[in-house]
Amino acid sequence: MSAAPSTAPLLDVRNVEKTFPGVRALTGVSFDVRAGEVHALLGENGAGKSTLIKIVSGVYQPDAGEILIDGRATRFASPEDAKRAGVATIYQELLLFPELTVAENIFLGHAPRAGGGRIDWRVMRAKAEALLASLEINDLAADQIVGALSVGHRQRVEILRALSHDARILIMDEPTAALTEGDVTRLFDIVGRLKARGVGIVYISHRLDELFEIADRVTVLRDGAYVGSRQVADTNAAELVQMMVGRRIENLFPKFAVPIGGPVLEARGLVCHPMTKDVSLTVRAGEIVGLAGLVGSGRSELAQVLFGITPAEHGDIQLAGKAVQIDSPERARARGIAYVPEDRGVQGLVRPMSVLHNFSLAALGALSRLGFIDRAAERRMAEAGVQRFSVKTSSVDEVAGRLSGGNQQKIVLGKWLANNPKLLILDEPTRGIDVGAKAEIHRLMCELAGEGVAILMISSELPEVLGMSDRVLVMREGRLVAEFDREHATSEAVGAAMMGSDATMERAA
Amino acid sequence: MSAIPITSAAGPRGGVLRRFASQEALLAVAVIGLAVIVGFVNPRFLAYRNLADILLGNAYIAIAAIGMSMVIVSGNIDISVGALIGVLATVSGSLAVAGAPTAVTWLAPLVLGVAVMAAQGVVVAYLRIPAIVVTLGMLSILKGGLISVTGGKWITDLPQSFHLADLNVLGVPMPVVIMVAATVLAALRMRYSPSGRAVYATGGNAEAARLCGVNPQRTVVMVFAIHGLFAGLATLVYATQLRVIQSTTPSGLELTIITASVVGGVSILGGVGTVVGSTLAAILIAEITSALVFINVSPYWTDALRGGLILVTVIADILRRQRRAARGWKK
Repeated sequence: MSAAPSTAPLLDVRNVEKTFPGVRALTGVSFDVRAGEVHALLGENGAGKSTLIKIVSGVYQPDAGEILIDGRATRFASPEDAKRAGVATIYQELLLFPELTVAENIFLGHAPRAGGGRIDWRVMRAKAEALLASLEINDLAADQIVGALSVGHRQRVEILRALSHDARILIMDEPTAALTEGDVTRLFDIVGRLKARGVGIVYISHRLDELFEIADRVTVLRDGAYVGSRQVADTNAAELVQMMVGRRIENLFPKFAVPIGGPVLEARGLVCHPMTKDVSLTVRAGEIVGLAGLVGSGRSELAQVLFGITPAEHGDIQLAGKAVQIDSPERARARGIAYVPEDRGVQGLVRPMSVLHNFSLAALGALSRLGFIDRAAERRMAEAGVQRFSVKTSSVDEVAGRLSGGNQQKIVLGKWLANNPKLLILDEPTRGIDVGAKAEIHRLMCELAGEGVAILMISSELPEVLGMSDRVLVMREGRLVAEFDREHATSEAVGAAMMGSDATMERAA
Repeated sequence: MSAIPITSAAGPRGGVLRRFASQEALLAVAVIGLAVIVGFVNPRFLAYRNLADILLGNAYIAIAAIGMSMVIVSGNIDISVGALIGVLATVSGSLAVAGAPTAVTWLAPLVLGVAVMAAQGVVVAYLRIPAIVVTLGMLSILKGGLISVTGGKWITDLPQSFHLADLNVLGVPMPVVIMVAATVLAALRMRYSPSGRAVYATGGNAEAARLCGVNPQRTVVMVFAIHGLFAGLATLVYATQLRVIQSTTPSGLELTIITASVVGGVSILGGVGTVVGSTLAAILIAEITSALVFINVSPYWTDALRGGLILVTVIADILRRQRRAARGWKK
């Protein structure tokens, strides 16, 4: 694919090991990146990807093994060392200063100087503009304030900052996780340009389809160990998934039919300015209803109306045939509604609390006798949850914030299920988690449906919606515009409804 | 699935170790260790009279620190409590001198304390004004108001029945009884009741707490109200020991109380800490102050030492967090 020069790789990691107290994070991992190559790192949550990139970027020091830059053994004592050697990392959480301009963010710490140590603003601006021009980014100006920019633009600023350090090795940790489709296309365009310049790119993503689009090689890690590397041209999704999880996943969406009972949720004419316009829907016991729609179509807002975060201004909600008023999350919870929000980091978890206390947080009322928590029952519940969700933790007394992202997500889900909800609203339940955890969550959804829980699932992944739903509702501009039963829900039909009748699907996912 | 669920297999032992390494255990060891060491240098330090003085003279700080700890755990702070205690003491003493029934003189600071703090809690929770701003304002109002109203006059000739602190229960002086009872009750509530858990959840992540059905606003108001109750109790213990109540606000009292909370292991960032820790820390600080006298160090060093203690604790806390971060604490 790429014209790899015959010289030593830009970055060569050999047999790296890293142990944290009680955890073997990496054992004998090797990995290399050549100039002008995109090398993807693939693995489930906790497979060791983050540890590996932290070693390469100087955050951690390896216990054993070597790192070679241009064929020379190197030791990074700090991230600064790595930066000096030309390794730049773009983390998921962008590290920018919102109050400063694009140019100031790019050159923070190494601004061009005029005489007497003063910052040469003119040169800085010119250099920033040159960088922008070099990637043909013409909708971003050097003097814009970063805080007002979209996520996609901010990410571009981070990339420019890396380039301003003459980075030759760029590590991108799930760069598309928070991007819109248009921004993803732009990012891939930029990645293409960087490749052409001879930058070596380490690309981490959970989205397999992306890897096939932009990566040249892929290395798979599992449980901290090296599983194998493949040329992307010579492999396929099934093989990579198998390498990641160590077994074949026969069916990514193991939806099985369960008897569907009476209506659990019946909502009529819900209105909540500005994004919920006259929405009526029904979800029955044992039924999984998929809510499809483009980003910004009002799906999450509808979920928030149903859960009482932004109570409906008009309309009626009936739960199990009884008219109810849902005017706060407290009330919603008491009525047996559970809501797993999209942004689990901010909305889902109390990080300083233990796994135990996070698990029980939504069920404290049920766990209490005479105003005190039944701690034995609480512990049983949390331990059952840890077991059921395969949460990797040393004990339920561990602080939740210390677990990996995927494990934190499992706790958020588990916490709600501990409450035995009748209606479960899931907002992007599998976004940003690895294939194995995804399959587990899908299996759990089926199990819950089997137990008679009504599930409303919001998902931007059409295959997930089509694979998991008994019925698909499509939202557009705050209204429900189409409804399909399982047989008639094809990607073409649902996609067309999402885009609007006259628009054609650009990408039938 | 490659994930291996490890449940309580390592739980009990890990739990015991953790308990040993906890801030409370550390403080308890420090309280006893310091007594032993200072007693070795000067045995008179261990005299019953001195140990009793340390406890009696500082029980009110420990009591106020309980409420303060709850406020800080909930993600807030209160710097008006020292001034409030001054005002409540004056109100209570004035009522006593004016001949109000003893019950009224004792109840007034409790009721007033709850009212003032709950009002601040409402402003913090519902108007979303940072607690430090609200309570700084209240500090000035109380301080200025008290001087203006009383003119700084001393309250003397308190009736004998006023002195609650002189009573004892089965030989245990009332201030110690109140301190222990308040600590135990508050600890039980914080640790084992849903509303206590709500305080930790609110301080740890108010948004997540809200989605779990906790009402963070109500929780904050409740925490401030309880803090007011403890401030009232602290006032009772403090004022009823005095023969003369100066109608001014004790300077720096809020800092001593906050120090006890922080040294007791309450994270200034919210979400972490216990009231047992803060009570032990209040005792430790009082003990250190007294020890200085017994080993012939100028009492002027007290403030510096107290400052040193708070810095050491906070630095230790931060270092512990950083070590965790190196082990993969996700932000």
